[in-house]
Order: sequence, then C-alpha cells, then structure tokens
Amino acid sequence: MRSFTLIDFVSLFAALRWTIALVVLAIAFGAPLALGLAMGRISRFTGLRWAMAGLIQTIQSVPLLGLLFFFYFGMPVFLGIQVPAILAVTVAYTLYTAAFLGEIWRGGLEAVKQAQWEAGACLGLSAWQQFRHIIAPQALRLSLPPTVGFLVQLIKGTSLASILGFVELARAGQVVSAATFQPLLTYALVAAIYFALCLPLTLWSRSLEARLDGSR
Amino acid sequence: MALVEIRDVHKTFGKVEVLKGVSLDVEEGEIVTIIGRSGSGKSTLLRCINALESVDTGEIRVEGRHVHARMPDLKKFRQRVGIVFQAFNLFPHLKVERNITLAPLLTGRIDKARARALAEDVLARVGLADKIDAWPEQLSGGQQQRVAIARCLAMAPHLMLFDEVTSALDPELVGEVLKVMEAMAKQGMTMILVTHEMGFARNVADRIVFMHQGRVWEQGSPAKLFANPETPELASFIASAK
Repeated sequence: MRSFTLIDFVSLFAALRWTIALVVLAIAFGAPLALGLAMGRISRFTGLRWAMAGLIQTIQSVPLLGLLFFFYFGMPVFLGIQVPAILAVTVAYTLYTAAFLGEIWRGGLEAVKQAQWEAGACLGLSAWQQFRHIIAPQALRLSLPPTVGFLVQLIKGTSLASILGFVELARAGQVVSAATFQPLLTYALVAAIYFALCLPLTLWSRSLEARLDGSR
Repeated sequence: MALVEIRDVHKTFGKVEVLKGVSLDVEEGEIVTIIGRSGSGKSTLLRCINALESVDTGEIRVEGRHVHARMPDLKKFRQRVGIVFQAFNLFPHLKVERNITLAPLLTGRIDKARARALAEDVLARVGLADKIDAWPEQLSGGQQQRVAIARCLAMAPHLMLFDEVTSALDPELVGEVLKVMEAMAKQGMTMILVTHEMGFARNVADRIVFMHQGRVWEQGSPAKLFANPETPELASFIASAK
C-alpha cells in the first residue's frame, strides 16, 4: 500500500485518453451509420424500412457488454478470425451508437410535419433538397436533447471496454484504488472527471438549442 | 387548348371513391372557384392538378403536358404551378426572406445577389415588405398566409392553386388575404381556388364549379349559379352557406 500521489492523478488523466478515443471512434463511425439507418427507417421502400427496423431492434436488444463479447470473443469462435481488441470495440461501439442515435434521429425526422416535405416538393425541390434544407434542420433541433443525452450515456458506457483490457478512466480508477487503498478518494475523483466531461456537453446542447431556435 | 384539362378523373382512397369522373377545363387567365361540401373531392382534385396525389384513371394535362407523379420534369412543372395550403406550411426554422428565396436559389432560378431583391419584390406585392427579416411565428395567421403566397410568387408560376387558404384564419384576418388574391386575379394570373368564401367566389371568380359527391355537379358564372341554381343540391348548399 502507498499513498495517493501525483502519479496516480496523472494515470487517471492518462486513462481519460482511451475514454475520449472510444467516444470519438463511436461517433465518427456510428453517426454516419445512424443517419443512414434513420433515413432508411423513413424510406418509402417497405423492405428497406423493415430491414433497418430489424437491425436496430436487434442491436438495441443486445446489452453493450454482449456486443463487446460477441465481437472480441465470439468472432474467433464463429468465424475463426482473431479480431484485434481495438477493432472489436470500435465495431461494437459503432453499432451501439448507430442503433440508438438512428432511432433518436428517426423520431426527430418523423416529428417534422409531412406538410413540410410537401411544401418543399410544391416549390420544385428535389427529395434530397427537401431533406437537407427543410426537414433535417428542424429534426436536428428536435433531436438535440436526446442526442446529447445519448452522448453522455456513451461516455459512461466506454467503461465497459475495460473488460477487453482497455485501461480507460473507470479501469484506471480500479487500478489506482487497489494500489493506494483509497477507493473513496479515487472513485470520487473518477466521478468528478466523468462529470467534468459530461457537463459541458449538456451546457453546449442547451446553448445550441437556443441558437437553433432563432425564432424564440 | 385550355391551360388545364381534366378528363374523367377517378381517385380512390382505400375504399372511398373521392373523385368519380371529374372533367374540367380552365383557360389561361381564368379564375375558377370550386365550392362544395367537405368530402366532395374539391381539395383532392386540386392536389391532383400538381401531382401531389396521383389519379387512378383519367388524365390531367397542364399546358398540354400529362401530369402525374412520375412525369420526367415534375420538379420543373411544380415550379410553374404554385399551391397555397390552408395551413400555410411556412418553414418555421427560416426567416421570411429565406422562406421565399430558398426554392428560387436551390432550383437555380436566381443567384444570391438577386435573392434579397426578389424577396423584397414579392413581399411588396402581398403588402409585407417590412416583414422580410421576421420569423414566421412572429407573424399573424393572415401575414403567414400572405408570405406563403409571396413564396409561390417568387417562382413566377403560370397557375396558382389555393386550397381553402382562409379557412384556418380568424375572421378579421380573412380580408387581407383575399385582397392579395384579388389583386393577383386582376393581374391576369390563372387561379383555381377551393374556398368557402362565397362573397369572394361571387365577386372575383369568372366561373364557379360546384362539386358534389366526387363529381362536377353544376358550373357556370357566379351570377347565374347563385341566382338560378339548377340542381337542388346546389340550392341547398347556397342556402346553408349564407
């Protein structure tokens, strides 16, 4: 046993890199996929709608831990290929993000009145122009609070990656706590760091909401 | 050749046959008002004219071109046919100016440098030049509807369709919208209106079309139709509308 020192402090912050890296990877790959899923869900092609709904439903009903296990431990078993840990977590978090953000954004898109599409169509705009300039901006504002809510979930959800050996914030906390025998201090610090990560997001979302809603 | 030719159009929603063989011609420059009870198919007919609804059988031609949802130049066609809705349908996330200039810019009708001037011009025509920088929800219903009309005018349409455009307005706001439409009529715009405003129909329309149960029941000049309705259905409709 030793006392809590600057080294421990630094190691917690160093581990924060992984937390952030995982979030960035999940968003970078998951968000475009989510947009595709959301658009597929509101498509006029029934088959596509069903396929997207099935995909989302499947991913959503598997626990995130299950996804991580599946891609890291399951792939070698089922397909006989050893997947690097970083690839496994990226795929798992990407799918997780895509499924949940996709549903959030679909809700936003559907909340914009059908008549708005029609008004655009009547002015001679293409379907893409209607989406890009009329529907998406309105849907974005409607979806912002749940989107940021999901981001906060995602940040905390990265702690599960420790299962596959990633020393991210939560895992680093465990290590430091075990070494220093000061769990209360350590976990309070870990909690404070998570809080410091999530609070600006929430504040940013509020200001963005106000700005996007220029009319009020 | 009439500007709009409607030939024996049938349209069914589910099990309800809304249009049961409608034929109607509208000449260039003509103001045609469609009246009738709710459910008589007036709005559906209007929506078929710019392919918002597709017809089951029959044919609609505008400027000689067959109108349907998969016509090759549907977007171009819709730029020439303006439609104004009961619910205004302004884009709430855009200021008045952008509401008006969005479509002309995206369709390449005008360039950025001319956009503001275009918005000013069409807003002046509906008497709202001072609202160019307002948000839609800062406007009254009547003002929103006039912006919606201006938005159509910005596309320089050859034909304007009005679908019960005053029905969602408070009574004291109806007049300002009708005045704008009357001015457009005087400038020679071809207009087809579905309306419950009998006074407007009587004073501005060249021809009134009474629809009943999915058919054109009776049509003619306002003077004739209001004074001497031939069918009991029209007579009772006129009586109830008073």
